Amino acid sequence: MARLGMVIDTKKCVGCMDCVVACKTENNVPEGYNKDWIVQETKGAFPTLTTEIRSERCNHCDNPPCVSCCPTGASHVHELGKVVLVTKNECIGCKACVASCPYDARFIHPDGYADKCTFCIHRVEKGLDPACVSVCPTHCMYFGDLDDPNSQVSRLLASRKNHSLMPEVGTQPRIFYLR
Amino acid sequence: MHELTTTRSNPQIDPSLHIWGWEIPVYLFLGGLVAGIMIISGYFLFKGRYKHSYFSCFWLPHISLVLLSAGMFALFLDLEHKLYVWRLFTTFKVASPMSWGSWILILVYPTLLASTLTRVPPAFQNRIKLFDKVSAFINQRPQLVKNIGVLSMIVGAILGMYTGVLLSALGARPLWNSSILWVLFLTSGLSAAAAFVHLITDDKYERELLAKADNGFLIFELFLFAQFIIGLLSSTQVHQNAAHLILSGPYAAVFWVFVIGMGIIVPLIIQLLAVNHKVQHTPVAPIMVIVGGLILRFVIVDAGQFSRWTIAGF
Repeated sequence: MARLGMVIDTKKCVGCMDCVVACKTENNVPEGYNKDWIVQETKGAFPTLTTEIRSERCNHCDNPPCVSCCPTGASHVHELGKVVLVTKNECIGCKACVASCPYDARFIHPDGYADKCTFCIHRVEKGLDPACVSVCPTHCMYFGDLDDPNSQVSRLLASRKNHSLMPEVGTQPRIFYLR
Repeated sequence: MHELTTTRSNPQIDPSLHIWGWEIPVYLFLGGLVAGIMIISGYFLFKGRYKHSYFSCFWLPHISLVLLSAGMFALFLDLEHKLYVWRLFTTFKVASPMSWGSWILILVYPTLLASTLTRVPPAFQNRIKLFDKVSAFINQRPQLVKNIGVLSMIVGAILGMYTGVLLSALGARPLWNSSILWVLFLTSGLSAAAAFVHLITDDKYERELLAKADNGFLIFELFLFAQFIIGLLSSTQVHQNAAHLILSGPYAAVFWVFVIGMGIIVPLIIQLLAVNHKVQHTPVAPIMVIVGGLILRFVIVDAGQFSRWTIAGF
């Protein structure tokens, strides 16, 4: 079974937010909410400052606390690519999954269920890339099977320095950022 | 410098998590209070006090039924997808504390009902034949009454522990991520329950006994708070930051004044004087303990949501 993940080249990302707009359009994300977003992180001391621009979203962790804490099984790991999803008519809106996510990637949809990035599973099932990946004007986002050593994502991770977000939390995120 | 800017501003998530309002602290408080009451009334049943007093063995479980139902109603109000609440009872998820909790609450109701039937006051007899028959059946078997008392203590203890485990299982919130929280909430529930019985019982023996017991619970609670804070301060930077939220940060005033000062130390002094017959028993100390227990849940739930793992990245 594939283990889908994403690799984002922070050297190419310009923070244009096309990925954010594409996600909102493709997934009908309600006004005022975001399933993906842009973070700009600046570190160091002048004049040796470094800035990293990242497109962030649910990390579809290998060890997802949002799935284990769900009392109804609405939050689950989908058989296609081990993508973490929510079945909206099984969700009671208890918000345990929202509190359990160290990335604060989830939110409560105005209709009452927990919602988040789905890696555009409806597109992936048709063999397409997620909307954010397909629209990126700088082609900084890559999507594929992390378990396949010949996939583009695996080769990029093998050849470039990279990091994930908060690895110390132990959730084993599947989105990686190339330095 | 280390600066993060984000375009995300999801309601209830940013700038800090605030998904749980008043409903969850009230639910956790009432759950803890009922847990404490079940342990106390279970102890009295076990010790055979149902022969002397209607209060602890009949009225307390009745009051618990109302309090627990109010707590569950608060939980229901918190749910965002209320029509699907029945989903909780069509599955059991071993790794989910909330799933455990929903099934534990199902155990609590019959246990409380069995407790109420051990001794029905004359005013309530000859009204529902089934209850009279069950009550007579239980009363003829002293060992069964003891067993109901033990069951009440065990189920009460599990319920009290669960109110803390529900939060401490959420590792993404450093303030809650403590192995002390379940015993702290259980002890706080016991203390509030002892204060509650102290406040409303008309039995002098029970009032005196529970005032003494509450003093023990309050001293132990202070010890647990020290353990809780030391545990956080000796952990990672994010856990230290979480501890400072209640020690010196935005929640410090409420924590020190209402939880520690007015909720534990002042009533402890008053009750120590009362049990040593220096002053009379008054409702002041037990009311302070109960209100302090409620505010403790508000502080922990709110500050816990405020705490996060942001030190390594957004």
